[in-house]
Amino acid sequence: MRVMTLRVLLLSLLSATALSARADETAIKLADGPELMTVRANCSVCHSLDYIQMNAPFLKKAGWEAEVRKMVKVMGAPVSDDDAAKILAYLTRSYGVE
Amino acid sequence: MGTTTRRTLIQTAVGGLALASTGLVGQLARAGLPQGTLDSALLESLPGKKPLIKRSYRPPNYESPLTAFADVITPNDQFFVRWHLMNIPEVDPREWRLSIAGDAAATPIEFSLEQLRNDFESVEVVAVCQCAGNRRGLSDPHVLGVQWGSGAVGNARWRGVRLRDLLARAGLRKDAVEVAFAGGDLPALESTPQFVKSLPAWKAVDENTIVAYEMNGEALPHWNGFPARLVVPGWAATYWTKQVTSIQALSRPLSGFWMNPAYRIPKGKFPLVDRFVSQESETNMPVTEILVNSLITSVTDGQRCPVGRPVVVGGLAWDGGSGIREVDVSVDEGRSWESAELGTSLGRYSFRAWRYAFTPHAKGQRIVMARASSVQGSTQTMELIFNGAGYHNNVAQRVALQVI
Repeated sequence: MRVMTLRVLLLSLLSATALSARADETAIKLADGPELMTVRANCSVCHSLDYIQMNAPFLKKAGWEAEVRKMVKVMGAPVSDDDAAKILAYLTRSYGVE
Repeated sequence: MGTTTRRTLIQTAVGGLALASTGLVGQLARAGLPQGTLDSALLESLPGKKPLIKRSYRPPNYESPLTAFADVITPNDQFFVRWHLMNIPEVDPREWRLSIAGDAAATPIEFSLEQLRNDFESVEVVAVCQCAGNRRGLSDPHVLGVQWGSGAVGNARWRGVRLRDLLARAGLRKDAVEVAFAGGDLPALESTPQFVKSLPAWKAVDENTIVAYEMNGEALPHWNGFPARLVVPGWAATYWTKQVTSIQALSRPLSGFWMNPAYRIPKGKFPLVDRFVSQESETNMPVTEILVNSLITSVTDGQRCPVGRPVVVGGLAWDGGSGIREVDVSVDEGRSWESAELGTSLGRYSFRAWRYAFTPHAKGQRIVMARASSVQGSTQTMELIFNGAGYHNNVAQRVALQVI
């Protein structure tokens, strides 16, 4: 199962690269932060990171928390609890509202 | 429609847009969208498409700029693009197959594109394709999702075969409750729910529901579902499965994320007519038909108009398939309303052009509004009907002109 997941991950990263070349997804500039690498590594497996920019700034911490939970529980993203906490901290600080 | 011909309507619309679309700002600025949405938007061309407004790269979500709505038919290369999952295959039409099966299909069968074209009666319908979340970005308060402005909608002449003819060949049984559809697009991860949607059986066998292989006289663009997609006139685009490969006749309701909890609205809040009973719960129901709506295309927010010169307020109107009865225009911020002239009808599922001319006699700001009413008796709302997913925004638009 673990091997299968990694293979799928690799395939999707490859196709993401192919798409990037065309659509210039690499030009997306996210806010700096110590958790940015974690955000990139997890979230960009399935979607471009402009989804974050587009949905800001109007969510409070609880709103971003519900979204991260949805990505894990409903959309099946293999995000560890530790990474989910980092992602939430980043989104709340850089793309959230009080 | 009096002395106004369709040609003059079109010319008027184009003329107005030329005035308004001075650079990117005119195309991208949309009062009410989140700041991050404005900052991350770009005008960009996908292969085979003219520049559209990029909302997200992957999966690709691109909406049509106002210039795409100069005519009642939206050009293929300016038609909006909306996908849920990132892996969208390049389909070889010779290899493509459409299978029809399920526990409520007595004789499962498979068709090639050639068979669709040659073995069935070919039919045509002009119909509006509108994302259920069109104008979500204007929700107040904002809600999560693709932050669409007003361009996740388009109108095309679709040609294909009746879904009910295909279902008949597969031996559709009387106990069919729903018919489910899967497309070619796949998620990055096996753990992500595949995009599968269903229709109630009654809507699946409606004579207007088709599997389309042509759009405005050409093959469907890749981004709009080549080689074939479902066309469900009157209903939100979530049901218009692109690159459709599998149709399942079901004796039980379909479950899955994309049916529930996705694409749900609270019960009783919207003036909907079409019900999808097998999917309703105590408190919510699936999105069904499109609400009556209109788009002002001839003038834009902040446009400068010389005093004493006629201004044409024009645009498009549509609904979930009863047809447009009337479009009223207000040039005094909603205090009084006058009937607009309607353009030629291309059928009850189509965009309908409308126009109203007036001459401002005083300088200053002038708020113009448009409000469409359907044959079925619904009128656009003046205040947002808030719902957590931002569906069915049909608030009457306000455009502020600067009379100089």
